Amino acid sequence: MKPAPFDYVDPRTVDEALDHLSRHGDEAKVLAGGQSLAPMLNFRLARPAVLVDINRVAGLDGVTESSGALRVGALVRQRQLERTLDRRFPLLTAGLGLVGHTAIRVRGTVGGSIAHADPAAELPALLACYDGVVVTRGRRGERSIAAAEFFLGPLMTALAADELLVETRWPVPTPGTGWGLHEVARRHGDFALVGAAALVTLSDGKVARARVAVFGCGATPTLAAVEAALAGCAPTTALIDEAARTAASALDPPADLHASVEYRRRVARTLMVRALSDAVGRAAP
Amino acid sequence: MGAKYFGAAVRRREDPRFLRGEGRFLDDVRVAGLLHVAFLRSPYAHAMIRAIRTERARAAPGVVAVFTFADLESWMKPLPLFGAPPPGLAAAIAFEIRQAPQFALCRDRARYVGEIVAMVVAESRARAEDAAEAIEVDWEPRSVVTDMRQAAEPGTPLVHEAWGTNVGVGFTHAIGDVEAAFARADLVMSETFHIQRYVGMPLESRGAVAVWDRRDGTLTTWNSTQVSHFVQQGLAGALGLPHHKVRVIAPDLGGGFGTKASGYPEDHLVPIAAIVLNRPVKWVEDRREHMMSAAHARHQVHAISLAAQRDGTIVGLRDRIWLDLGAYNVWGIVLPYNTVAHLIGPHRIANMRVDVQAVTTHKTPNAPYRGAGRPETVFAMDRAVDCLARELRIDPAEIRRRNYIRSDELPYDFGMPYRDGNPLVYDSGDFPAALEAALKAADYDEFRRDQPALRARSIFRGIGISGYVEGTAIGPFEGATVKVDLGGRVLVATGAVNSGQGHETSFAQVCADALDVPLEHVTVVGGDTATVPFGVGTFASRSGVTAGNSIADACQQVRAKLVKAAAALLEAAPGDIEIEDGQAFVRGVRASAVPLARVVQASIPTFARPGVASPDFEATAYHHVPTVTFASAVHVARVEVDVGTGHVTLLRYVVAHDCGKVINPLIVEGQVHGGVAQGVGGALYEEMVYDEQGQLLTGSLMDYLVPTAMELPPLETVHLEFPSPRNPLGMKGLGEGGAISPPAAIANAIEDALEPFGVRITATPVSPARLLALLHETA
Repeated sequence: MKPAPFDYVDPRTVDEALDHLSRHGDEAKVLAGGQSLAPMLNFRLARPAVLVDINRVAGLDGVTESSGALRVGALVRQRQLERTLDRRFPLLTAGLGLVGHTAIRVRGTVGGSIAHADPAAELPALLACYDGVVVTRGRRGERSIAAAEFFLGPLMTALAADELLVETRWPVPTPGTGWGLHEVARRHGDFALVGAAALVTLSDGKVARARVAVFGCGATPTLAAVEAALAGCAPTTALIDEAARTAASALDPPADLHASVEYRRRVARTLMVRALSDAVGRAAP
Repeated sequence: MGAKYFGAAVRRREDPRFLRGEGRFLDDVRVAGLLHVAFLRSPYAHAMIRAIRTERARAAPGVVAVFTFADLESWMKPLPLFGAPPPGLAAAIAFEIRQAPQFALCRDRARYVGEIVAMVVAESRARAEDAAEAIEVDWEPRSVVTDMRQAAEPGTPLVHEAWGTNVGVGFTHAIGDVEAAFARADLVMSETFHIQRYVGMPLESRGAVAVWDRRDGTLTTWNSTQVSHFVQQGLAGALGLPHHKVRVIAPDLGGGFGTKASGYPEDHLVPIAAIVLNRPVKWVEDRREHMMSAAHARHQVHAISLAAQRDGTIVGLRDRIWLDLGAYNVWGIVLPYNTVAHLIGPHRIANMRVDVQAVTTHKTPNAPYRGAGRPETVFAMDRAVDCLARELRIDPAEIRRRNYIRSDELPYDFGMPYRDGNPLVYDSGDFPAALEAALKAADYDEFRRDQPALRARSIFRGIGISGYVEGTAIGPFEGATVKVDLGGRVLVATGAVNSGQGHETSFAQVCADALDVPLEHVTVVGGDTATVPFGVGTFASRSGVTAGNSIADACQQVRAKLVKAAAALLEAAPGDIEIEDGQAFVRGVRASAVPLARVVQASIPTFARPGVASPDFEATAYHHVPTVTFASAVHVARVEVDVGTGHVTLLRYVVAHDCGKVINPLIVEGQVHGGVAQGVGGALYEEMVYDEQGQLLTGSLMDYLVPTAMELPPLETVHLEFPSPRNPLGMKGLGEGGAISPPAAIANAIEDALEPFGVRITATPVSPARLLALLHETA
């Protein structure tokens, strides 16, 4: 389990990194925390000609806030974000706690997890649930891509081969927004078989906004179509159950060693109900 | 001999170096000029090799050599095979046995994914792996059989064509009159149970380093093995070297579990490369290799029937058993007969008939792993007992009370042989007492009282019981050498390899008591063939009993020599000499006390005088055990099932066990915990999965799920101590026990939790997906 031979570069600036990416295109792979890439290299499942190590690139490791969103630099470690988030981001905090184990989160980056786009991972689904944005830089300039448009398939994103993910933006939820997060993983720290994250905002006891992202249930994190069913209504148990049932039937989950299509669809429904119920329970009425 | 240390909770002396990260494992063995090996392994489960082209690989950067079977033909001897029935067993049972030799490199055919096709030796492991990719093989895939029951039927693809069948071991065995028992029973409960393929998965993988000294024709090889003397014997035979010129050293081991007690191609290939190239060579198995080429384990099907009276008394047992051997029958009757010898367990069942077929399939060869047939057979039996209890509406605890052999029935003679050919007779223990102790510790009655109210609130909790009686510490012996040095300090060397069990501590406790010296005066080494002439190794829960008693025997001999020398030194009769706390003195005259160092030094001749006695303070003993000792335990698991997701949470886990006299309760408890952890893996998580083409689908630890500390429940251990009459120290084996009962206890608990749904668990691991599917089938 040694990687196939590759060249290695460690640029110090984004522009330098972009030079390498534009020169090598598909032949290059960006190394950040390496928590997914390094095993793929060792299994020789990934055989890049060039590894562009961005760990020494300046300016990508900050967490700032502007225009109502948290701006998280691509190199911010998952553990670092977990420890700096305040009480306005309980869902993201809880979600980060489910990413691998502490040792993995100390190395693993937020940007890396988003760019890797594993459909069973927590962070892509959370970014979708928050209605977040991915910021990329390329030779042609900067792009802001909504999470819903960023994830295209398993390990596939809208990121071009000569672009670098430089930041993710996480909108600060409206005060009083309730949250819920449930996942089934075989073991603590494993990728989820199925998971559901929910953010619900109530107004006069009625649903003003409800977003549910399901992960492990399709080619990308899936925004479940629950909002239409719930908006403007009092979120009763029956209504939540019906919304989850309808949303689950629209899912197209994969089968693998650990769970069947049927299992994932059933459990997605259960977890959507639980996540929504928690979110409603936590939301300010 | 005083019992100052025996039984004391001495902290493990080996732990400081492990906790500091200073363990010396196989990969830490560094020798100047090392070359590194990578293997090309078969990508097919069954295929003929039509041609191998190695030119590109040989020309690759850093490559020193590439070897195929043809290149090493004169070195290729069949790998060792084990498990011929000993005479007592062969006399009682007619075994049909077929064993085919495996060569270290595929000759013209591969029989499982991972079998070695070629060996690349290069200046670095990375270079070797690059070159291995450049080897071209013309494969001709053949048909494959992966299902053990299908493999047992005529007309399926054959793993070894010369056999004309895939059955590697077949036999039928009966005690009592099973037909009559079934005829008179009130009820017969039948079910088929499947135990998956799961494995030891030591944290440290296998590996070997070999150094050939051409000057004197000496081979030194470090091997991450539990059985260094077996490896030595295999190498001496295969390489045609005198035994004393083959030194095998097992360094610190990061776990063994039986996985490292099998004979492997790499044990031979690495030394062969070192000799042929006259360079030191190293190979460290990576995890991907480990998944496909280290021995697999478990994997049985039991079609079992229990015949019972209405009061729950079990009067008869029938079981048709299939075992999946993988591609080679390396271990003969060991696993099949272990399975049979432990089927009845603590139950009083006088009538039994078993029909056993152990079959080869196109998968990685199996070997004994912690429990070695017992977890499988106990799963079948204890699940069947629970199914019977449910049909009879008798509580699972109560049906066991009615069937467990009482202590006043011991010694209990089954009227059949054990695997070592000696009569299967339980020596000591108290199974009902273990049952009650475990139930009490698990608050069984309280749990049953609360269960209905919890169910009413849709909280589904269950409790499950499993008991076993385990033949441990199989002989025939272990070697131990004890010697006192010039400073009066003691070195103990044994063939028993320390693969994590704390030998350096517990054996020092045995020695310190037997010689009556301070514990800190004793050093223990294991697994170096240069230190003790004959040895067996660590497996089968045997080292405590076999090495422990050999150490005690050797100490008695050394003690007699010390007494004799001290008598000469102190000018007293040997009968008047006492040794205490590392001092020798004349009985009643404390002032005469001299340290043992003085006794040794006075025995060494000087220019002025001969010694007071021969300075031979060394002895080697090979304690022979008459047969196995029977350890036993009852496990109780408490679980909660999330019926919305199928997820099982382990709430509590209790083990009430008897391993005879305990040397060190800390180590015993640690052993139980480790065993239970692996049993939990078998119950809920671990499975080696193949597809129908014989491709291994669980190629990494992302797919093959070993439980971590996070998955384990609080463990409670109740120690019952019933000394064995079969060895002077009264000990029984302990290493494997913890791993035996968890699959049965946990499955029983899950079924108990889901009793309102009528779910029946017939297979492990009980994954969320399988459990939810069962819940929906019965809904």
